[in-house]
Amino acid sequence: MKLDTNSNLYTFIYASVMVIVVAAALAFTAVKLKPMQDKNIRVEKMQNILQSIGIKASFEDAEQLYQTHIKNAFAVNSKGEKLKDVKAFDINLKIQAKASADKRVLPVYEAETDDGAKKIIIPLRGKGLWGPIWGYFALNDDYNTIYGAVFDHKGETPGLGAEIATSWFQKQFVGKTLFDGEKFVSITVYKGGKGSALKAGNTQHGVDAISGGTITSKGLEKMVKDGWLFAYKNFLEKNKK
Amino acid sequence: MGKNLKLVTDPLNLNNPITVQVLGICSALAVTVKLMPAIVMAISVTVVLAFANVIISLLRNTIPSRIRIIVQLVVIAALVIIVDQILKAYVYDISKQLSVFVGLIITNCILMGRLEAFALGNKPFPAFLDGIGNGAGYAIILIIVSAIREFFGSGSLAGFKIIPQSFYDFGYSDNGLIILPPMALIIVGVIIWVQRYKTRELIED
Repeated sequence: MKLDTNSNLYTFIYASVMVIVVAAALAFTAVKLKPMQDKNIRVEKMQNILQSIGIKASFEDAEQLYQTHIKNAFAVNSKGEKLKDVKAFDINLKIQAKASADKRVLPVYEAETDDGAKKIIIPLRGKGLWGPIWGYFALNDDYNTIYGAVFDHKGETPGLGAEIATSWFQKQFVGKTLFDGEKFVSITVYKGGKGSALKAGNTQHGVDAISGGTITSKGLEKMVKDGWLFAYKNFLEKNKK
Repeated sequence: MGKNLKLVTDPLNLNNPITVQVLGICSALAVTVKLMPAIVMAISVTVVLAFANVIISLLRNTIPSRIRIIVQLVVIAALVIIVDQILKAYVYDISKQLSVFVGLIITNCILMGRLEAFALGNKPFPAFLDGIGNGAGYAIILIIVSAIREFFGSGSLAGFKIIPQSFYDFGYSDNGLIILPPMALIIVGVIIWVQRYKTRELIED
């Protein structure tokens, strides 16, 4: 019996079978590989958190270094109260960012650097030009001075917005303070090329934006101000020294 | 045997997918900033192309002609997704550098081009060899371009710093222009120029 490969029925059945076979193959692959992929994402998160306190962890030793340096991980609400029974590491920041500030569950990590100094690590989440941006602020024990900053993004423009992930941009934040006296001012990002923060007279709470990466820079500023970080204001004020 | 060997060696020079067939230019520009992502991309394209060629060749007498292109596309897309998932699981940081470009293999003209031009009309084993050959031809160009761009644009090769710090102290600085896509196009142009000089039969009159 010669199949008429051009008949409607054959075409229809062929397409249906193909779709089912492909769907099964892809689902199988996805399920099989998910554990490894999830582990990669978790290790990367640990590497980022460690990076904010200046520790460069490789894929192999990230988990061990994380155990050594991160002493405590807990969640707070926008009033600054500690929440019980929440695994801080597993909090999905994408979901938290969508919620209104008073309902958010906010992770906080307490770390210890090699010299025994206590640092507070706060995750950040915001919007760049093309997609999400995120990062970590590591604060000194005074809950005010920035010890280290790490930023990353999903798809900002290489050479422009993507520069937030470079060390030259992140180094700017070291030593800046979030509070001006008692007021929470956070960091302002100044447009206009290198030295703009200095020109604006705000070296204590200001950094230079990325030339050509204005929207990403402004998105980052919003992330550390009223878009995300302000939700931590009460927590920081409660513990500020 | 000689015929089969030609399937693998022709795309390396005489019938190179990028410099002669002029296919797959987009990814040749996008992923060749550094050497390692380019190598991973080249391997991914070769694997997808070889297996897609075999699958389509095996199915070539059963595919209804009305949905021929769609079937090719589904096969390519499924293979690319599988490769993407494998990369995310086994070489996570490189997959992040490649980001969307692995998914864009689906749009790489080399794949549709070879499936239409060869796999649909040939047996599975020659189709497999054709896939390997074209993948290798693509890989050669990608490796040459990315080696040049990484060396002059970042002073390194495969992540290892080659140019010593003393050069930078002396006043040498990395070429920022070569990291931008247009320079990749110019480098490919120069390669085509050199290739036609050495292989005269490629010059069209």
